[in-house]
Amino acid sequence: MKKGLSLSYVARNLVARKLTTILTAAGMALVVFVFATVLMMAEGLRHTLGGTGSYNNVVVIRQGSQTEVQSTLTREQARLIETLPGLATGAHGEPRISREMLVLVNLPRKNSTSLANVIVRGTTPTGLEMRPQARIVQGRAFRAGSSEIVVGSGMARGSFGLRVGDRIAFGLRQWNVVGVFDAGGSGFDSEIWGDGEQLMQAFRRQAYSSLIVGLRDSGSFEALAEAVARQPQLKVDIKRETQFYADQSENLANFIGVLGKTITIVFSIGAIIGAMITMYASVANRTREIGTLRALGFRRGNIVWAFLQEAMLLGLAAGLSGLVAAAFMQLVEISTTNLQTFSEVVFSLILTPQIALDVLLFSVFMGVLGGALPAFRASRLEIVDALRSV
Amino acid sequence: MTEALISIHNLSKTYRRGNQPVPVLLGIDLQIAQGDYVSLMGPSGSGKSTLLNLIAGIDKPSGGTLLIGGVDIAALEEDELAAWRAGNVGFVFQFYNLMPVLDAFENVELPLLLTHLSKAERREHVEMALAMVGLPDRMDHRPNELSGGQQQRVAIARALVTDPTLIVADEPTGDLDRKSADDVLDLLDRLNRELGKTIVMVTHDPRCAARARTRIHLEKGVLLSRGAEH
Repeated sequence: MKKGLSLSYVARNLVARKLTTILTAAGMALVVFVFATVLMMAEGLRHTLGGTGSYNNVVVIRQGSQTEVQSTLTREQARLIETLPGLATGAHGEPRISREMLVLVNLPRKNSTSLANVIVRGTTPTGLEMRPQARIVQGRAFRAGSSEIVVGSGMARGSFGLRVGDRIAFGLRQWNVVGVFDAGGSGFDSEIWGDGEQLMQAFRRQAYSSLIVGLRDSGSFEALAEAVARQPQLKVDIKRETQFYADQSENLANFIGVLGKTITIVFSIGAIIGAMITMYASVANRTREIGTLRALGFRRGNIVWAFLQEAMLLGLAAGLSGLVAAAFMQLVEISTTNLQTFSEVVFSLILTPQIALDVLLFSVFMGVLGGALPAFRASRLEIVDALRSV
Repeated sequence: MTEALISIHNLSKTYRRGNQPVPVLLGIDLQIAQGDYVSLMGPSGSGKSTLLNLIAGIDKPSGGTLLIGGVDIAALEEDELAAWRAGNVGFVFQFYNLMPVLDAFENVELPLLLTHLSKAERREHVEMALAMVGLPDRMDHRPNELSGGQQQRVAIARALVTDPTLIVADEPTGDLDRKSADDVLDLLDRLNRELGKTIVMVTHDPRCAARARTRIHLEKGVLLSRGAEH
């Protein structure tokens, strides 16, 4: 058994100073809340975009273009790709390929005058089949050859609030919303889908933006990549669909992460100073108590440890309260522009066990930083002087 | 009373106030026998509290020798000294110095947290000590739920729970009414007579000092007289 002051003694000293403890912990909890929210935001974004697409689908885009919107592929290129090995085939032996066309369309946000860039994806029946995670949850799918569109669940909720029966204008046409699809919180939920050929006509496009290619099996990606590399006239980049979207989330997630951590660090300095003031006050109020403990035979180390524990406990309490508050942020859905694709992405905040752990450690660490100097001061007191204090 | 528990030779203590040295004790020679009950008396600033602090091992002398139970405590390292205090000295303070957040039981248990005793053994010791001071039924009371006299008795229980040879008391009745003070003094008497504890007590109250076997007067850092056993 370890010799020293009990944790209950430490804890009770915190409880004895209820108001100070609560106020200090509240300040620290706010910082924890901000920190947790930022991490949850980055995680939510990664989850949304990283969870988009299938491992067995390959996205083909023009070489050097980072996004589908920037990319153009000619009909010749598309035909050439269809001849490559390693592709999955449909019921009649035709390769499973969806020729897709993407445009960014300005749509007004609800209750606001600002416009957002929304991805409108012209796709094909094959394209829908290749994305089984996108299920129609309201209305029905668009009909080929019509001006019908379906909207992702992210577009149906929140800042856009598109509904079945709405008519929206873009590309010099009116489009009827006939359905809402849900793609499990992935990036597709922030898109609007319609018939590829119709959209190409409306936007007077001759070329596709991307090809979505089904792999025969998950191992045939390398073979396809090699085959693409052997065709010098095919200047394209290929990526697995999952990787393609995960890469698109990296910049924004990192940006949010860096910004958030910077803000958190600045805030945390304030919180640490708050904790320090509280702990200094605790030491000052208990000077005679410290002298008594030392006289009874407790060592300087025991005293340092007791005050450090007190500060850590304060940090832990703050961390838990901040975390509980942050957990409610999971109900919030954020709609913002992905700086990488300049298109709107709707995502929710996600609290993972790892984030919870990181945030609690951070909070305890704030406590330690705030408690270190006061704890050290407490232990440096001369016994005789400490006993004399009132 | 035979061998000396405390053996002090040419002991001096000088404080510094800014750059100014302030001598407090000047060449004290003193022997205190095992089992003695000593009162240190003298006016404010006479050095009686300083002498007590040196004997208790919570302050270091500037010169001279200070042997307690044969141990030169001035030569001990800080942590060794802390361990020595934990095992050999019981403290009774004027303002009781109980931990406000701990109840009586836990306050008495404090010094035992530095020993290897098990929880059950600690409980046994604490209960015995609290019974000794007549407060077996106040174990779960916090200091602010106890009278001054009761608090001082809890403090005495804390001082004797480790069964130290030496108990030092600094104005143990200074904050108490007459009745409570008498109770506390009776208790110290019993510790001395029944348990054979050596007690060194600082006081400026003659009634209090009269209870001691030996009365020592200090003035301006010098030992004036040593009163006979009554």
